[in-house]
Amino acid sequence: MKNSERSRLNGEAEEEDDEEENLNGGLEAWERSYADDRSWEALQEDESGFLRPIDNSAIYHAQYRRRLRGRSLTAATARIQKGLIRYLYIVIDLSRAAAEMDFRPSRMAVVAKQVEAFVREFFYQNPLSQIGLVTVKDGVANCLTDLGGSPESHIKALMGKLGCSGDSSIQNALDLVHGLLNQIPSYGHREVLILYSALSTCDPGDIMETIQKCKESKIRCSVIGLSAEMFICKHLCQETGGTYSVALDESHSKELILEHAPPPPAIAEFAIASLIKMGFPQRAGEGSISICSCHKEVKVGVGYTCPRCKARVCELPTECRICGLQLVSSPHLARSYHHLFPIAPFDEATPSRLNDLHNISRSTCFGCQQSLLASGNKAGLCVACPKCKKHFCLECDIYIHESLHNCPGCESLRQSNPVVANEG
Amino acid sequence: MASAPSKLYSDDVSLVVVLLDTNPFFWSSSSLSFSQFLTHLNQVVVIATGYNSCDYVYDSSSTGNQSVGNGRMPSLCATLLQNLEEFMNKDEQLGKQEPEGRIACSLLSGSLSMALCYIQRVFRSGLLHPQPRILCLQGSPDGPEQYVAIMNAIFSAQRSMVPIDSCYLGAQNSAFLQQASYITGGVHHKPQQLDGLFQYLLTIFGTDLHSRNFLQLPKPVGVDFRASCFCHKNTIDMGYICSVCLSIYCKHLKKCSTCGSVFGQAQTQSDEPSATNRKRKTTDA
Repeated sequence: MKNSERSRLNGEAEEEDDEEENLNGGLEAWERSYADDRSWEALQEDESGFLRPIDNSAIYHAQYRRRLRGRSLTAATARIQKGLIRYLYIVIDLSRAAAEMDFRPSRMAVVAKQVEAFVREFFYQNPLSQIGLVTVKDGVANCLTDLGGSPESHIKALMGKLGCSGDSSIQNALDLVHGLLNQIPSYGHREVLILYSALSTCDPGDIMETIQKCKESKIRCSVIGLSAEMFICKHLCQETGGTYSVALDESHSKELILEHAPPPPAIAEFAIASLIKMGFPQRAGEGSISICSCHKEVKVGVGYTCPRCKARVCELPTECRICGLQLVSSPHLARSYHHLFPIAPFDEATPSRLNDLHNISRSTCFGCQQSLLASGNKAGLCVACPKCKKHFCLECDIYIHESLHNCPGCESLRQSNPVVANEG
Repeated sequence: MASAPSKLYSDDVSLVVVLLDTNPFFWSSSSLSFSQFLTHLNQVVVIATGYNSCDYVYDSSSTGNQSVGNGRMPSLCATLLQNLEEFMNKDEQLGKQEPEGRIACSLLSGSLSMALCYIQRVFRSGLLHPQPRILCLQGSPDGPEQYVAIMNAIFSAQRSMVPIDSCYLGAQNSAFLQQASYITGGVHHKPQQLDGLFQYLLTIFGTDLHSRNFLQLPKPVGVDFRASCFCHKNTIDMGYICSVCLSIYCKHLKKCSTCGSVFGQAQTQSDEPSATNRKRKTTDA
């Protein structure tokens, strides 16, 4: 009796557990992390049969070199013009496919977070450009934020409540964006980035006509798919000169989005070169009190004064609200110069050559002084600059090309002819 | 500047990378004071900015330099001065060019880039690493041809949250160093009396980043972010920017002299910025 009572009590508890387990697919929480993450894939067998974790740094470096080679193939040795003043619309698909939970917690939440990171990175790399946000829900495209040059307003809109429902429509999104981008100045490069979760599109008319219209208006459309490859997205990107990629998982999709932050190679006929009038405001004097034109509040000390109408603005770059003059400071322009004068990718240094020259200068990385010799005094992996022939370690290679944009070796050599100045 | 929440800094340990300007055309005396900043925990790395080259001169964390016993301070100074001496000799042999007219600039962009690579290596060294900062002791004037490289280094330092302090000992103002310190959140100072250089270095630049919140340090005054036009090198308030290559002009032109784009018409792909036409600007204070 006692046993049966106990078993009944246990049975009830077990029933509750069973219900929970059935909801969770019969797995404990710790088991779920193995089922979903597949942590055994991060292990590799070495020559003697022992398991060891995959050497991430070599893989990371190989991926980085592939990315660099892809970029430099298009650039070749000549410097390619890049569209530096960009007007980009981000179209976020909020159809019911965005509520899928294959990206945790849901595709929509992951996309919102990644777009926020992208917006910050975009304004860091392109201070003179503007972004606008468009959402597609229930087959209708709506403008979430207007074109603006400051990241805060876009991020605030993204953090708001974004429900997802209904179908998605590429044509409506493109129509809306086309109308909005027709109003921008002719020197700007028009771009659209579509983050597409759905596998279909519900369009009111002929989407091929819309694609043709976008092509004629010189809008460069790129798509990042979150589920699978679609023909219509591929066709759109091919026609307009954009890139189409499909994300495999969350980290891959973040990588794909951030690839759109640096300016793409410009197609020359797309934007008309013109001289843009800009102002370089001085900082307002310490202790000066005035009402700023952006917040309509009294501010003391901090801020800048528009050189044309003397209105006070709080931050740069911005457009003066009183007279409409674009206000920038010289570091904002300088931030884009490295796109115009990129440094050449480094060549991989063959280990045999390294062994022959046992100079001290060849055995340490020129940038960080780390030893380039792997264990046992063999030559490890390293790269060398084609111009100054100095050797660098893999991490310095990545840092130099992705963040610093200066080759320390070339900068440390005085050029004989100062006009042909340091380019890398 | 506050440290980023994602990086763990040990509060007491700092790393100072000192960029020492060793342009022989400027220096007439050398300063020994930075060796006083060393304690057994803090790290100092000295990179010399020469006229023809830049190189690491001293690294307190490398095993060869850590001495035991009582002869601590003098041996540190001796190693440093010896390496500096060797560097100066090598530097002189690398090129015999004499500058015409005014004092020529030293290769600040090279040593800044090397310092940033070293700091990245420190960031990779583990979870708890010292708080790095860069101190530039500079006497030579700015070289306009280094503008792009120095701005790249400044933005990279800003990204990695590394303050660049600068102590300028020359005659005129250095706009590059003022901008560097302003953008990265460091301290810029031009000492009035060079006899008291040790005192300036100790009180202003010797403090670690956490203590700076409690100290009154020289404020950035008069940092001028106005640009100079490419045609006349005048500082301008309002100008015209080429939409293709972002060159700055003070008046309307038909054609951009840097990239060759004709304004008002769609340009062709064959126009590329040519090296000889590229004029870099300085931002004068």
